Amino acid sequence: MAEVKEAVEVKKEREPLFSKKNRKLITDPLDDSNPITVQVLGICSALAITVKLYPALVMSISVLFVLGAGNVIISLMRNYIPNRIRIIVQLVVVASLVILVDQVLKAYVYDVSKELSVFVGLIITNCIIMGRFEAFALGNGPWKSFLDGVGNAFGYAWILLAVAFFRELLGSGQLFGVQVIPESWYLSNGGFYSDNGLMLLPPMALITVGIIIWVQRSRNKELIEDN
Amino acid sequence: MKLFKNLLDSVKPHFEEGGKLEKYYPVYDGFATFLFTPGHTAHSGAHVRDAIDLKRTMVTVIFAMVPALLFGMWNAGNLHYSALGLAESMTFMDKFLWGAIKIVPMVVVSYAVGLGVEFIFCIIKKHQIQEGFLVSGMLIPLIMPIDIPLWMLAISVVFAVVIGKEVFGGTGMNILNPALTARAFAFFAYPSYMSGDKVWINTSTAEGQSVVDGFSGATVLGDLATSGTTQYSVMDMFLGFIPGSVGETSTLAILIGAIVLIWTGIGSWRIMLSGVIGAVVMGLIFNTFAEYAISPEQQAFMAVPFWQQLIMGGFAFGIVFMATDPVSAAQTQRGKWIYGFLVGFFAIMIRVFNPAYPEGIMLAILFMNVMAPLIDHYVIQANINKRKKRLATVKAA
Repeated sequence: MAEVKEAVEVKKEREPLFSKKNRKLITDPLDDSNPITVQVLGICSALAITVKLYPALVMSISVLFVLGAGNVIISLMRNYIPNRIRIIVQLVVVASLVILVDQVLKAYVYDVSKELSVFVGLIITNCIIMGRFEAFALGNGPWKSFLDGVGNAFGYAWILLAVAFFRELLGSGQLFGVQVIPESWYLSNGGFYSDNGLMLLPPMALITVGIIIWVQRSRNKELIEDN
Repeated sequence: MKLFKNLLDSVKPHFEEGGKLEKYYPVYDGFATFLFTPGHTAHSGAHVRDAIDLKRTMVTVIFAMVPALLFGMWNAGNLHYSALGLAESMTFMDKFLWGAIKIVPMVVVSYAVGLGVEFIFCIIKKHQIQEGFLVSGMLIPLIMPIDIPLWMLAISVVFAVVIGKEVFGGTGMNILNPALTARAFAFFAYPSYMSGDKVWINTSTAEGQSVVDGFSGATVLGDLATSGTTQYSVMDMFLGFIPGSVGETSTLAILIGAIVLIWTGIGSWRIMLSGVIGAVVMGLIFNTFAEYAISPEQQAFMAVPFWQQLIMGGFAFGIVFMATDPVSAAQTQRGKWIYGFLVGFFAIMIRVFNPAYPEGIMLAILFMNVMAPLIDHYVIQANINKRKKRLATVKAA
């Protein structure tokens, strides 16, 4: 018996840091099990803070930090957390991390922090984070959990940035606050163009996410649920 | 006709299986069945063979819209020349042609863009072309302001066809009325071109012309929402000599369309009638409680005789042509009564209570479109329960 156990442990150590399996932890959430478009989690913040690219980027980085660090912490604690109170423990971990993020944002990028307002605090309730803690970190080692957390955060981030790209470009003619569409095109300056006000409203974020889901599922038929 | 037939027959081999343009068969099929009754027959089961198919239905609705369209052309010209103080010196034809020159491009853009998108989707999905857009394409220019830039119209049409219809599976599957989806999109995306008092009458001036003093381009509803009074008489509103979206102004022209729709059995008279009843009920409620309004303007608006609400703004147009859309409306007979009633009820409520959305009928119909399946569900459930109860009493006896 002891021999077998040893053998398993040895085998574990031999697994390279970026084995095929581990790489999949990062690449899967980018496409086939994307937290937003496939699992449909974290939609709330995707609608609220994607009017402009900059806040979306800051939000993505915040989630990246919280999810990456949180997953590692939960994973390290996984053998000591009593099953009955695990949700409370997870909440305490994520809340501490979010407070940390919030303070940093307030200190260094106050404008964005004001713009994101409650949504920084609401990272606590972001289903992606609790979902990853529950589904992954509680059952896997710290390195794998870290990769999984980072992968999911990137999956979340690219959707957020894609939505924000279209919303900012079409809604206010800018990218990262820089005017992209020439001023002379605007009707008020004698041109023909006008910004699309609907893009600034939350419904259009939902529709943009919907279109991304549409494109994704028409490329990968396996994602289509049968009903 | 013979010419078309020969032409179609000569190109047919290219589109059939193995032909060069096989991919584009839906396009060929669309044109062929538009011109001729399709030759193929049903393969199984019992079918009723009737002269009417989806295309004929759609064309009838378009005929019903022609009076509103023609009146809209004249009205646009009339209002334009009135704003310049030239109304007396211009002939009927001058006004009509001026309007036609503005409106025909809108119709062309709407059809070209909308059908283009539909064709693309049909080719991708390998569907037959469905002609749902024939009506929407005509409705969309009729519910837009005369001054809307054509590219905005085109984008609204693309949005309406793709998001309003194709994502749900195409004609017959849509939850929302596509024409109203286009208008709602334009309304929220480009508010300054879709509302206010600048867009309803074209005031572009040629050399030597100028806008008359004291000119106001506000619609009746816009006037009422801001000041509680309007410069237009009841007769003006009924006949349609008022600013507004292209086809919505003349209640008389719309009534002619309504008669065509009801007479041919294509539009549901239940929805139209219950819609009018709903509007009247809401109007009466406002009349009764006008003194409790929060501002003098709103009080005046609420005190407007209830029957005048029916001839203002887009109410008549919406209830006749868009609430009766057979796809997005309620399907059950009793459901139609409830659906129509609530459309009328909410239309008047929104336009009076929220001056930012003077066109309550648009939002009311879209809202009830979403609710229609729910209404149908409960109507059917109620019927099932009633019959179950009856069965129980029969068994007990």
